[in-house]
Amino acid sequence: MTTDIIAELSARFPPQAVITQHEDLLAYSYDGTPMLQQLPRAAVLVNSREEVAALLALASKHGTPVVTRGSGTGLSGGSVPLEGCIVLCTARMNRVLELDTDNLTIMVEPGVINNEVAMRADAVGLFYPPDPGSMKVSTIGGNVSENSGGLRGLKYGVTRDYVMGLEVVLATGETFFTGNKCVKDVAGYSLKDIFIGSEGTLGVVTKILLKLIPKPAARKTLLAIYERMDEAAATVSAIIAAKIIPCTMEFLDRTTIRCIENYSKVGLPLDCEAILLLESDGHPAAVEEEAKRMEQIAREHGARSISLAKDVEEATKLMTARRMAIPAMARVAPTTILEDATVPRSKLPDMVRFVQKTADKYKLTVGTFGHFGDGNLHPTFLANERNPEEIHRVHQAVTEIFSYAVELGGTISGEHGIGLTKKSFLPGAIGELNVRILGELKRAFDPKGILNPGKIFDQLRSPNDAAARSPAN
Amino acid sequence: MSSSHDSLRTLDYSVIQQCMHCGFCLPTCPTYDATHLERNSPRGRIALMRAIADDRMELTRAFADEMYFCLGCLACMTACPAGVEYSQLFETSRAMAEKSAVLSNPTRRWTRRLMLKGLFTRPRLLRLVGRLLYFYQTTGLQKLFRRLGLVKLLPSRIQQLEPQSPAVRAKFSHQLIAPVETPQNGIIRYRVGLLTGCVQDLVFSNINRDTADVLLANGCEVHTPPVQFCCGSLHGHNGESETSRVLARRNLDLFDIEGLDAIITNAAGCGSHLKTYDRLLAEDKRYAERAAIWSTKCKDISEFLVQIGFRAPTAKPANLPIDKLTYHEACHLCHGQKITVQPRRILKSIPGVRLTELAESTWCCGSAGIYNIIQPAMSQQLLSRKLGHIANTGAAIVATANPGCHLQIENGAKATGSNIQVLHPVSLLAIAYRTE
Ligand SMILES: Cc1cc2nc3c(=O)[nH]c(=O)nc-3n(C[C@H](O)[C@H](O)[C@H](O)COP(=O)(O)OP(=O)(O)OC[C@H]3O[C@@H](n4cnc5c(N)ncnc54)[C@H](O)[C@@H]3O)c2cc1C
Ligand code: SF4
Ligand code: SF4
Repeated sequence: MTTDIIAELSARFPPQAVITQHEDLLAYSYDGTPMLQQLPRAAVLVNSREEVAALLALASKHGTPVVTRGSGTGLSGGSVPLEGCIVLCTARMNRVLELDTDNLTIMVEPGVINNEVAMRADAVGLFYPPDPGSMKVSTIGGNVSENSGGLRGLKYGVTRDYVMGLEVVLATGETFFTGNKCVKDVAGYSLKDIFIGSEGTLGVVTKILLKLIPKPAARKTLLAIYERMDEAAATVSAIIAAKIIPCTMEFLDRTTIRCIENYSKVGLPLDCEAILLLESDGHPAAVEEEAKRMEQIAREHGARSISLAKDVEEATKLMTARRMAIPAMARVAPTTILEDATVPRSKLPDMVRFVQKTADKYKLTVGTFGHFGDGNLHPTFLANERNPEEIHRVHQAVTEIFSYAVELGGTISGEHGIGLTKKSFLPGAIGELNVRILGELKRAFDPKGILNPGKIFDQLRSPNDAAARSPAN
Repeated sequence: MSSSHDSLRTLDYSVIQQCMHCGFCLPTCPTYDATHLERNSPRGRIALMRAIADDRMELTRAFADEMYFCLGCLACMTACPAGVEYSQLFETSRAMAEKSAVLSNPTRRWTRRLMLKGLFTRPRLLRLVGRLLYFYQTTGLQKLFRRLGLVKLLPSRIQQLEPQSPAVRAKFSHQLIAPVETPQNGIIRYRVGLLTGCVQDLVFSNINRDTADVLLANGCEVHTPPVQFCCGSLHGHNGESETSRVLARRNLDLFDIEGLDAIITNAAGCGSHLKTYDRLLAEDKRYAERAAIWSTKCKDISEFLVQIGFRAPTAKPANLPIDKLTYHEACHLCHGQKITVQPRRILKSIPGVRLTELAESTWCCGSAGIYNIIQPAMSQQLLSRKLGHIANTGAAIVATANPGCHLQIENGAKATGSNIQVLHPVSLLAIAYRTE
């Protein structure tokens, strides 16, 4: 290596953009995932597509790995650095570029926060449905790269369903745009779909064209309280069987309820086993009707009480409180290990019971909540990372839960991605051939393997690439 | 006597471990918002603290600088669902930084000793200095000093501050409030102690009088020791935890804690600290018990008034544009003490008041204790943002309940040629009562 990459970066970028001080790097050594930490070699706060391209070209030249980072709220270690890597942080690329109210689209830079898009859309009577719990913090770039879901997945789908186009910088520094404002488009492979959920392993997204939809005119939010978990699960099945697709069906168990109430004080009952948060939106008459029927079904299936949020403010409060679930669980235990197993909706009651049984078997405390409407569960183990024996038991429990989810026809991750934490489970979940195809795709886009290498799967490099990449820098 | 709270390494590890790095605090942090550097965020700062606690990092100058770039506004605590005690971590970090002396240089040492140890621990001396400042400001000496350009001889930091130096009141609290005052009708519902503060005492002694009047009007017998000690918040927030404990003990000695129903403060920054005397003195065998009682009885004036069901005034204050009013929330009231509805309820009880909500009302104004002195650039940026929002409300009066914010906004408004008035909610209530 003739010149050092840091020296070249410092020459190319404005003075404060290239960060190498230890104290600064420590703050880029983690994301939202527990127990993962690694110092990068440097971090660069990029400000434009050109800067991203320049950084990647240099990294390619030096064979230095690059880990892209949005807000670092990922829950599978996607933006956790690798030794010797450079963190490319998009936090300053946070401009909303265009809001097109004729074609109902919004074009944003990757560092724009999800909530900003939601608010901009709302201001002009439009709606951006994907609402991950982290919506006030996480970036659109991160959402796209994890294909994030949220509380409205059942009716409105996930991030993928709203991405109409992407600008991507490849590992070489070359830039292209895939997609457009057309609803229909079959010109060539749907490249954008390959980048959605690719966890920063194929390219760096520098612009996102998102679809917006008209804002539903009405919304009703119900809170149903149960003495038994099974009754809540049965309610969900019955609502779907009655051909009602509410926009939200969130489930919270006793442990989760306590943690949330402790922080948010929205008045959740502390003496019940489970609650369902149901929301219907759309045309006022339809919403009225749907809410009524859901209330009736909930009652028939044993709900102890059902209350209707009296206004938008109260409904928002309830949803906001629900979004706090993950961090609120951290109140009761030093380390919260959260999983993301997802099963077909009809198998939910089985899965919830299995989680509890497994926790008991390994003498662990678990809180379970999740998006019941779409079968996405978040069993959260409450443990202490300073107790290796306990952490080992958590891993055993998680392994069993994953196997069971796959057995039921489900998946090991509904929305948090594979990253580092679930990589070892991937072949078991999707099969060796699938993993090999992923690897070949990766090699096609990133032959030197500099983009977030080692995430999702360990990259098999073709023999003639090996020389091109030196681990040092 | 030092305490385990003076070092991140001896602090209960669970406090540090509480942060699960979800990042929910990021969008509420003014310094992160300004730079988008993770290190300038609560989560980043906690990661640095943890690295020190784990012995993975030395306490460096960069760390200490970072702790002084933090405003201590505690917006992150309001945002944090995981219940991270950021204020404790932050105070411990600053204390540790001071002990390590990584920031030490002769001027800093000298000013800190003069201000924190010399001045703000000696109430009589502070009042004397206040008196001299009053003399300077009222005799024309200030004008002369400025005209002769002598200000330029001062060090640049002080030069910037000179026009900001608050107008000292002619009379301090003890000259306005008798040690014990009883309601006119003689009916005593509560017996309360009144804390007069330092800045409040020198610059806003009228607010202390207003507070006493409002308490009297609501059936309280008011006990106001004439010589009081600084509450120690300035010291606690600036790494002088030992001094802050000394001051806490002195204040505990000053009041009949068992006999009083409440101890009232009207300065948000003080209140936020006063309420933590229990934690501060938890390891002090002699004082721990009384400190615990103190913490349960210490109340912000608006909190107390709403709690006792204060009487709504019947008259509209004359000559005040109270139909154009907005409310700025002091960080240490809304984030530090979670008091948000009470001051609004007081304001809205006044006939004729029309309260226009301020955008980002809980965003720090940049005063932040002595932050405007040590980080003038960031402070100014926050002040401009605040003044912009205030201007957008079209308000003629800004109500706020902390002397730091009060001065910051008043000075900022003056500098931009605005004639907006800044008033404490309790003053507005007092004026309304007086008009009855
Ligand atoms: C409290 C909490 C609640 C959450 N709730 C949900 C939820 O309800 N649903 C859900 O799906 N997720 C949820 N998450 C997970 C997380 O917020 C999402 O995965 C989010 O999309 C990550 O966004 P980020 O900006 O933080 O990205 P990061 O964590 O920084 O990065 C995530 C991944 O995307 C890659 N990446 C980021 N930006 C780019 C880019 N511009 N180009 C290419 N690659 C990029 C990174 O390399 C990394 O692999 C939650 C997390 C927390 C902490
Ligand atoms: S301080 Fe609280 S809100 Fe911020 S990252 Fe830590 S746990 Fe999350
Ligand atoms: S106290 Fe204020 S400035 Fe400091 S980390 Fe918290 S939010 Fe940021």
